[in-house]
Amino acid sequence: MSAVIEQHHDDDHHHGPAKGLLRWVFTTNHKDIGTMYLWFSFAMFLLGGSFALVIRAELFQPGLQIVQPEFFNQMTTMHGLIMVFGAVMPAFVGLANWLVPMMIGAPDMALPRMNNYSFWILPFAFTMLASTLFMEGGAPNFGWTFYAPLSTEYGPPSTTFFIFAVHLMGISSIMGSINVVVTILNMRAPGMTLMRMPLFVWTWLITAYLLIAVMPVLAGVVTMMLMDIHFGTAFFNAGGGGDPVLFQHVFWFFGHPEVYIMILPAFGVVSAIIPTFARKRLFGYASMVYATASIAFLSFIVWAHHMFTVGMPLAGELYFMYATMLIAVPTGVKVFNWVATMWKGSMTFETPMLFAIAFVVLFTIGGLSGLMLAIAPADFQYHDTYFVVAHFHYVLVPGSVFSIMAAVYFWIPKWTGNMYDETLGKVHFWLSFVGVNVLFFPQHFIGLAGMPRRVPDYALQFADYNMVSSVGAFIFGFSQLLFLFIVVKCVFGGKKATAQVWEGAHGLEWTIPSPAPYHTFSTPPKIDMTEAHG
Amino acid sequence: MTDNSVANNPTATTFKLVAVVVGMFGFGFALVPLYDLICDVTGLNGKTGDQYTVINEQVIDEKRVVKVQFLTNNNAGMPWEFRPVVRTMEVTPGELNLTNFYVHNPSDMAITAQAIPSVTPFRAARYLHKTECFCFEQQELQAGESLDMPLRFIVDASLPENVTTLTLSYTIFDISDQLAAN
Repeated sequence: MSAVIEQHHDDDHHHGPAKGLLRWVFTTNHKDIGTMYLWFSFAMFLLGGSFALVIRAELFQPGLQIVQPEFFNQMTTMHGLIMVFGAVMPAFVGLANWLVPMMIGAPDMALPRMNNYSFWILPFAFTMLASTLFMEGGAPNFGWTFYAPLSTEYGPPSTTFFIFAVHLMGISSIMGSINVVVTILNMRAPGMTLMRMPLFVWTWLITAYLLIAVMPVLAGVVTMMLMDIHFGTAFFNAGGGGDPVLFQHVFWFFGHPEVYIMILPAFGVVSAIIPTFARKRLFGYASMVYATASIAFLSFIVWAHHMFTVGMPLAGELYFMYATMLIAVPTGVKVFNWVATMWKGSMTFETPMLFAIAFVVLFTIGGLSGLMLAIAPADFQYHDTYFVVAHFHYVLVPGSVFSIMAAVYFWIPKWTGNMYDETLGKVHFWLSFVGVNVLFFPQHFIGLAGMPRRVPDYALQFADYNMVSSVGAFIFGFSQLLFLFIVVKCVFGGKKATAQVWEGAHGLEWTIPSPAPYHTFSTPPKIDMTEAHG
Repeated sequence: MTDNSVANNPTATTFKLVAVVVGMFGFGFALVPLYDLICDVTGLNGKTGDQYTVINEQVIDEKRVVKVQFLTNNNAGMPWEFRPVVRTMEVTPGELNLTNFYVHNPSDMAITAQAIPSVTPFRAARYLHKTECFCFEQQELQAGESLDMPLRFIVDASLPENVTTLTLSYTIFDISDQLAAN
């Protein structure tokens, strides 16, 4: 065993990547695996996005035009599952793979073979999930939250495949996060103390802890479902002594930290980009770290704000309302710090910066609608309406997704050695920016007016805004093909990038040549003590 | 924070994290009894307690009258006819009351049922004591059979002053399949 490892070790050091397609199957290189994660998540983004376009096409007009309600429900479910578990989470893991070792001066991830497994589980998991669309009875149709007993007693037979797919995704992200934590805690270059780490590394460290804590709970809840469906237990069946509300508690105990899992690394990305293009140091580094940690802590104790309408005692409603509102404080600290970083900076507006600024503005809108939803008495009106849809899409699309795009534009010169096409990048940004707002902003209004979510048909008074929203969806959706084109074009050529790439860029990843060599920091770099956290 | 040395024992860190994963998987399941316990203690979700035995003589509050309403629901797919014999009772806190619920199995096969109670307002749930309830056991009715099922209960005299009406709701579930599976 050790001889084999030795051998491989030698290979790594004396040669570049292996030749042929098998390179990608057997690779343990963090850059290869990061690349695969990013491409995989982009493929899932397009797949989940095409499901979203089916939804928006159906909702373009009232009445049933294109799909039947049964299929519509499968689309909402699959869209949610694929975007959350297939697009956003793997994209951030891909970024972590590429960037964390380069940012802390490590030669690779700490557990390279496990890294390979954790990626290669994903294609199987999502093939299994997507295959349910072709099964008898169709794909899961109970929403991405798969509330029992809707999923356990009334779900299609393919629910079992869905459960196993979730198990696989869980195993993959648990292995990925263990890897991130072990890497960050053990592999930093000498002098890279915790409080000198770039914020992207910090946010990922905290995200990884969240994942390790809550993905097993998700695995537990789907296991209980599996047992209820096939082994005659009654975890969620009131007739057998269980409780359907218990499902919601366990699910949201996972689910609320999960939504921060999808946004914390985005905070890290934006905290790297804004200082670079403002040509100033990040304002309030330490407060950013503590704010991230506080948000992570609070995420564990606010879950029931997703369930205000299940019938909770008044004390419970009040507690979850106030605890939820408390999250606005550390989040406000972050937004303040980003704005303060830009204040009197020598700003330029390259594509990554445009996405980062849009992130700050639009994520804040999503955060504020979240505060509205946190008001327990008002939530009875908003619950399960398009207002909720607008809220979480504002934090996830111009939030998480924009930050991922910003990250790709920001670091792609380092990955490929070529600059992307700046003009096309800006066109992509403006199409996405306009598209996303046309798409989601009207949903606030139709939600407040009472349009429920997850419906294929709606009352006539919602028609106009739905039509506007659908137009926005198609603008946003198709402009992502431009993104694909820009990335491919950049991979195959373009103006050569310098090592530093951006004038204002600081940090270890900008000290190595572009493109980053297959192996970096085989000997630990010397950390410049005067230059903490670029 | 000022420590420059980096811990270098990846294996130890990995095993610690794996232990956390295993622990949290267990915690997910531990939430089940924990949830029941919290519901029992607080009466959350309107869950009523198990069979009540009168230990001390109940204080009877002659001055108060509490209205108790009965509701019945059938879970989806449950064919039984299920209704309270009286829909509303006016009871004196502390006194033992008796009422009946009527069930009839109109289907052509034997069905076993379980009734699940719930009380609103939730905070009143733990003041409703049941000394005898059909919900404590399962009922089996043959095809076409009918039955009056008794419920004996006491509304505790310490029920908060501002609660004047209690609603006791029963949902009846067909559990024949589950029994067969076990």
